[in-house]
Amino acid sequence: MAKITKEKVTEVAHLARLAISEEEAEHFAEQLEAITNAMELLNELDTENVEPTTHVYPMVNVLREDQAEPGIPRELALKNAREHEAGQIKVPNVLD
Amino acid sequence: MSLFDKTADELQRLIKAGELSFADVTQEAFDRIRELDPEVAAFLQLNEEQATARAKELEQTPASERGPLFGMPIGVKDNIVTEGIETTASSRILEGFIPIYDATVVRKLKDAGMVITGKLNMDEFAMGSSNENSYYKKTKNPWNLQTVPGGSSGGSAAAVAAGEVPFALGSDTGGSIRQPAAFCGVVGMKPTYGRVSRFGLIAFASSLDQIGPVTRTVEDNAKLLQVISGHDDMDSTSADVPVPDFAAALTGDIKGLRIGVPKEYLGEGVSEGARQAVLDALRVLEEKGATWEEISMPHSKYALSTYYLLSSSEASSNLARFDGIRYGYRTNQAENLLDFYMNTRAEGFGDEVKRRIMLGTYALSSGYYDAYYKKAQKTRTLIKQDFDQAFEKFDVIIGPTTPTPSFNIGEKIDDPLTMYANDILTIPVNLAGIPAISVPCGFDNGLPLGLQIIGRPFDEETIYRTAHVFEQATDFHKQKPGLWEVAAK
Repeated sequence: MAKITKEKVTEVAHLARLAISEEEAEHFAEQLEAITNAMELLNELDTENVEPTTHVYPMVNVLREDQAEPGIPRELALKNAREHEAGQIKVPNVLD
Repeated sequence: MSLFDKTADELQRLIKAGELSFADVTQEAFDRIRELDPEVAAFLQLNEEQATARAKELEQTPASERGPLFGMPIGVKDNIVTEGIETTASSRILEGFIPIYDATVVRKLKDAGMVITGKLNMDEFAMGSSNENSYYKKTKNPWNLQTVPGGSSGGSAAAVAAGEVPFALGSDTGGSIRQPAAFCGVVGMKPTYGRVSRFGLIAFASSLDQIGPVTRTVEDNAKLLQVISGHDDMDSTSADVPVPDFAAALTGDIKGLRIGVPKEYLGEGVSEGARQAVLDALRVLEEKGATWEEISMPHSKYALSTYYLLSSSEASSNLARFDGIRYGYRTNQAENLLDFYMNTRAEGFGDEVKRRIMLGTYALSSGYYDAYYKKAQKTRTLIKQDFDQAFEKFDVIIGPTTPTPSFNIGEKIDDPLTMYANDILTIPVNLAGIPAISVPCGFDNGLPLGLQIIGRPFDEETIYRTAHVFEQATDFHKQKPGLWEVAAK
């Protein structure tokens, strides 16, 4: 049984780009441990020689002619951005 | 009586005879929504002005150019993008998001002359089985307002069950059309993976998601699937296969149909009421010339774990795009870009979504990938093989849609594992990518039960034929929740 610690949850939350408080980390640790423990049911299956399924039907690359097609007009692309200026989306400082 | 006691076919006949206009039909939808939705809470957004204008416009189209669902009102689940109508997937992180294009299915609805009445509530990002995970409101079950409508397409099922609209679109990743359809006593179909384009469906788990129809009758359901089906260049996973005439499959004849009934679907955790309703249904189908046999699907019990690992892994990747920059909610609390991402996402996502993003991130992280994600992909193969083998001998597989009828609001919300168990009978179908329907098959304490009919890949026809025979031989679909008549003129 995997033990999911508060520290592990904080680490995973960081990877997932989710800010998380101490109390939340504790709460989620308990729940995620219960969930992953339930999932360890799968370990009773021998899958040594089983091929993994990523997609149910055979997938092939879908290609098209390499021709430029019109993109989204700039004003539409900016329509849902909360802050923009001079045709560009504003974000906080990227460099310190 | 309401206009929506009638099927699309009956409404079209009245329209053709000049006794009814498209404006009347649209008006009926908004009248009923105004009367019932303050309690049912199925709709997030209404599209009344555009819908009313559209209904008037439709009168200009000559009768010869009108298809079977021309002028019919429809509600659309809020994870399907609609140009110019706010689309949030019931999440705070998409609050105020106005799509700049239509999903392929929405374009198809419009091309068929259907009238979009508004957007339907759901569990946030389709993660949930009760509609309690919506950031905006809790949809109620029209049969008993203290109980949940199911989820995640709870708004779609509740709106149809209350007769607010005769048609709705939902999406189904692990049972999200069939489970609420069962809880609300309506017909819900999850088509074969690839049958319907996912372009414009806000992705939850891309290898499992599928859009499908929610209606009151099997015939209407088949007609709506007809409208939305087909290959789409914009979705590389949509299947380039012919689309049959689904309504033509409703022949009323199931003589010789071979039904497999997995003993695992009637076992532990399944309520006596649900079990009995399925056995009664099998007797009805037998009388109509079908035969049935008990079979075993030995990997059924592994489906739930497999599903949560795979769907959460895919979700953790799909939901990485919600960062507050190009659209949606953005935090006010950020010193730098990392803070901006972390706070936007922490404030924008609800707890269930966070839980699944973290589970998925964990399952995909270095050191755990083989033990969780890859293991689940292998068990997915075994689950699919169970179905492949069963379909060598049987035409359809039948069982209950859910182990129990609807439950009280608040009853399971703090216990994720108990909540997940609602989907134990619908999840294997998504893992195998095959089609399945839920049709009303009885009641338990006044709450509807659903019969699940599962078919071979791309054989929705046999499912519809079987469901139709059952429906026509019973009167469950004619029963309506008490509030139905409240709004009737």
